Amino acid sequence: MEWEIVMGLEVHTELATKTKIFCGCSTEFGGAPNTHVCEICAGLPGTLPLLNRRVVEFAVRTGLATNCEITRKNKFDRKNYFYPDLPKAYQISQLYLPICRNGYIEVKGENGEMKKIGIHEIHMEEDAGKLVHDAFEDCTLVDYNRCGVPLLEIVSEPDFRSAAEVLDYLEKLRAILQFTGVSDCKMQEGSLRADVNLSVRPKGQAEFGTRTEMKNLNSFRAIERAISYEARRQIELLEDGEQVVQETRRWDDNKGISYAMRSKEDAQDYKYFPEPDLPPIEISEETIAQIRDTMPELPEQKKQRYIAQLGLPEYDTSILTSDKAYVSLFEDTLALCDSPKDVANWIMGEVMKLLNDTATLPENMTLQAKDLAAVIHMVKSGKINRGTGKTVLEKVFTEGVDPEKYVADNNLAQITDLSALRPVIEEVIAANEKSVSEYKSGKTQAMGYIMGQAMRALKGKAPAQEVQKILHELLDS
Amino acid sequence: MDIRNLTALELGQAIRAKEITVREAVESYFAAIEENDAKYHCYNILCKAEALARADEVQKGIDDGTYTSPLAGVPVGVKDNICTKGVLTTCSSKILENFVPPYDATVIRRMHAAGMVVLGKLNMDEFAMGSTTETSYTGVTHNPWNLDRVPGGSSGGAAAAVAAKLAPVTLGSDTGGSIRQPASFCGVSGLKPTYGAVSRYGLVAYASSLDQIGPLARDAKDCAALFSLIAGKDEKDGTSMVTEKFDFEAATNGDMQGKKIGIPADYLGEGISPEVKAAIEAAAETYRALGAEVEVFPMPIVKYAIPAYYIIACAEACSNLSRYDGIKYGYSSPNADNLTETYIKSRSEGFGMEVKRRIMLGNFVLSSGYYDAYYNKALKAKKLIQQAFFDAFEKYDMLLGPVAPTTALKIGESLSDPLKMYLGDIYTVMINIAGVPSMAIPCGFDSENMPVGLQLIGKPFCEAEILSAAVGFQNATDFHKKSPSAV
Amino acid sequence: MQIDKNLVMYLEKLGRIELSEEQRAASEKDLQDILTYMDTLNELDTDGVEPASHSFPVANVQRDDVVTNAAQTEAILQNAPNQKDGCFVVPKTVE
Repeated sequence: MEWEIVMGLEVHTELATKTKIFCGCSTEFGGAPNTHVCEICAGLPGTLPLLNRRVVEFAVRTGLATNCEITRKNKFDRKNYFYPDLPKAYQISQLYLPICRNGYIEVKGENGEMKKIGIHEIHMEEDAGKLVHDAFEDCTLVDYNRCGVPLLEIVSEPDFRSAAEVLDYLEKLRAILQFTGVSDCKMQEGSLRADVNLSVRPKGQAEFGTRTEMKNLNSFRAIERAISYEARRQIELLEDGEQVVQETRRWDDNKGISYAMRSKEDAQDYKYFPEPDLPPIEISEETIAQIRDTMPELPEQKKQRYIAQLGLPEYDTSILTSDKAYVSLFEDTLALCDSPKDVANWIMGEVMKLLNDTATLPENMTLQAKDLAAVIHMVKSGKINRGTGKTVLEKVFTEGVDPEKYVADNNLAQITDLSALRPVIEEVIAANEKSVSEYKSGKTQAMGYIMGQAMRALKGKAPAQEVQKILHELLDS
Repeated sequence: MDIRNLTALELGQAIRAKEITVREAVESYFAAIEENDAKYHCYNILCKAEALARADEVQKGIDDGTYTSPLAGVPVGVKDNICTKGVLTTCSSKILENFVPPYDATVIRRMHAAGMVVLGKLNMDEFAMGSTTETSYTGVTHNPWNLDRVPGGSSGGAAAAVAAKLAPVTLGSDTGGSIRQPASFCGVSGLKPTYGAVSRYGLVAYASSLDQIGPLARDAKDCAALFSLIAGKDEKDGTSMVTEKFDFEAATNGDMQGKKIGIPADYLGEGISPEVKAAIEAAAETYRALGAEVEVFPMPIVKYAIPAYYIIACAEACSNLSRYDGIKYGYSSPNADNLTETYIKSRSEGFGMEVKRRIMLGNFVLSSGYYDAYYNKALKAKKLIQQAFFDAFEKYDMLLGPVAPTTALKIGESLSDPLKMYLGDIYTVMINIAGVPSMAIPCGFDSENMPVGLQLIGKPFCEAEILSAAVGFQNATDFHKKSPSAV
Repeated sequence: MQIDKNLVMYLEKLGRIELSEEQRAASEKDLQDILTYMDTLNELDTDGVEPASHSFPVANVQRDDVVTNAAQTEAILQNAPNQKDGCFVVPKTVE
């Protein structure tokens, strides 16, 4: 039987606000335990929440960027449950009136055409604290530094049919969140987390199968692996005549398996009710218009602009706009050296290669636009050749050297006095009699070897065209 | 001059006139507390050392002109559910028996800024759940008018302390009558402000949409003075409101000429004791004599107030009280071996029966399958109750009625029957649901010499209007000047 | 609404409390009385009535995104029954 996978995504993203959602504590990542905590986020008796207005603005930005309707009259609700990472024993969230609804993001579908993935809703809520197991005393330590950090939960419709669609959606969503300044989306720091709801059904069947929810997916790769594992697990169950149990499963990326966390039998009753401590949030047309007008350019808008104004190929623009770090580097470098295609090529070629070689995420890149611009300038002006340019960029990238100083200190500039080339090339010809005679007897391929030897003797600092010209003069006469 | 016979405003006046020092005032109250509170048990915690140190500071501040408030130097007692930095705040519950807040409630900061001196923390029903102060973990407070009677609740300690002259003024909190009913039972004056008029920041929550802090005092003028000091928008409480500046003169002029007063017919119907009814009718006559028009009008929604109130209050309470788990503060059961036991045992050993009952009720009305039939229905009833008050205030400047169907009950009388205790809240809970201001003042005594209270209910944010009506009544009567014979 | 022992026990579980058998029996009766009384609300016609939220029309009470709090770990932990390395301590949570 042919099976179809059906998936929906719940993405949680921590917002890039300076302070927590309901108090004036910093949201800075890290720090000693319980140092970004006050009486409010620690849930001490008598304290009250007060909403950070930036959270509303960020939620509306996200909604506008994902084609959502914005709810004009919002309120918060309490989601009640006992767990040590939740000091009030309720999470302030939105159940009844989420701030954004009925949006979509376009992804690449199976046949290459664009496909809309529906966004059911986006709501605002607070993050929970962190629990760390203490092996010495076999207990758990509770740190509330993350407690109260603002979150958006972005809930998709069950519109995904393949892992590729899921990953493309996440890439697009991440780009939107980064470009709008809403979140830095660092998966390792937990500021972007995705839970996957997955079910399978025989192809052509209209009803959905029983779904499971997978948690603890900490990278795009883990998401891809977990989807493939879970789909196979469910298909095998069904093919063996067994049932899929509706449950939450935790992915173990080291072992490459998932296991059940809790089943529906002990499903919690969250006893949602309207939060009495927070007045409603009313969002006017003017506010929406203002947020729209001041919203940073989105990836798709940038793409179109790069094609229309800079004349870049679509392929290049897709790559450049896939991450905010690339865009920043591209635009800042372009401002210093007016040559879009060169800048694009350097980023897509050398910079991405270096990121890949050093396993660095784009957002953690320290390369500065002025240094990349300096390398491009030197190559374009002929001060160094392209090969040297790559070497210099690598030094800049890995060691943070100043490119111009590095070229000067290491004497890497091209030889500009062409009269100095001829004696060196003559020495090379003298030292490679065998190749020279081969060339002269008609094996033209031997020229490549001689050329290489000459460049090596010149330490790569000579313009290749000049060297070739002199070689031909000396050998062809 | 006996310091303890002065009202708070008189004491403040005497202090500013240098007839009495702040230290003398504070010491005189502590002397009385130490001598007499063993028989009443108004206070859970005394802050004598802090208060005496503070008295000298405040005296300097008054002398050099830093403190100019009419209540500068006046001692105040505070209900034990209002957070005081460095001083135990227990809510009369075992589960918070050792909780010392690291911060002050906004009302405490405002009283400090005005130069008032906190004497101690006052007994109450556990987490303000109760109408008698009998649910307190620290033991019942005795009514100064008759030690066998309850003082009412939940602010029983706050009312009894004023009646027993163990504080000139006190702060209580009122979720469904918890300032007004004990004020009525103890023969003192108490104001439940409009929801949002006084910051709740630092008030340990019982039912967040209903709770308000307010003053209890010897007379309405003192209530007005303390109210004006604690009221006003607080940036820490999103539900506190920006209001017009409180006009103390207008609030205390007592002029009733041409005022229209409505008495809900359903406030004088079934269940009210004849003696209470007679006292309320006599009070209505007094107002007529002062130039007001008084008439009875139907308000049939009254009978739905108690169900709606207990559903909303318990729902919010079960959520608000979930944070007491033996992990971050308060009582932690020594008998727990794992996380689930830490929760269950700390809570089971830490909460009293009435609190547990309301937690169960709250969980019931919010649980899936019952939410719409109970909680959501109660919110709709709330809307209708708000509408009923809105309609009434189209016709009347204020409403008048009893505070409670009876005078103070005997200790032990209502504990065995929780529903009976809840029904005693019939005249007060509706006011919290509507969010409007209301005050209780003494208007008579029953045949056993227990005080009867009169309730005045005002338009939202019109505290001045009902305070003035209370002052007018107190100018014409002397019920508020009576003291228990033993005091 | 009919209350039975199972419901009482379910409510205990939801509220993370545990009653003695005696309290449980008494609660069954008390809750029955109270809920029967609450059921009088069913007589109230609420067709077309919007559930009330806040008492008075106030909206958009919000704060600026400015850090106002310095570290106050000691004050936050001062009431903790059990603490270690600047953290609250709980019995092992099982994953």
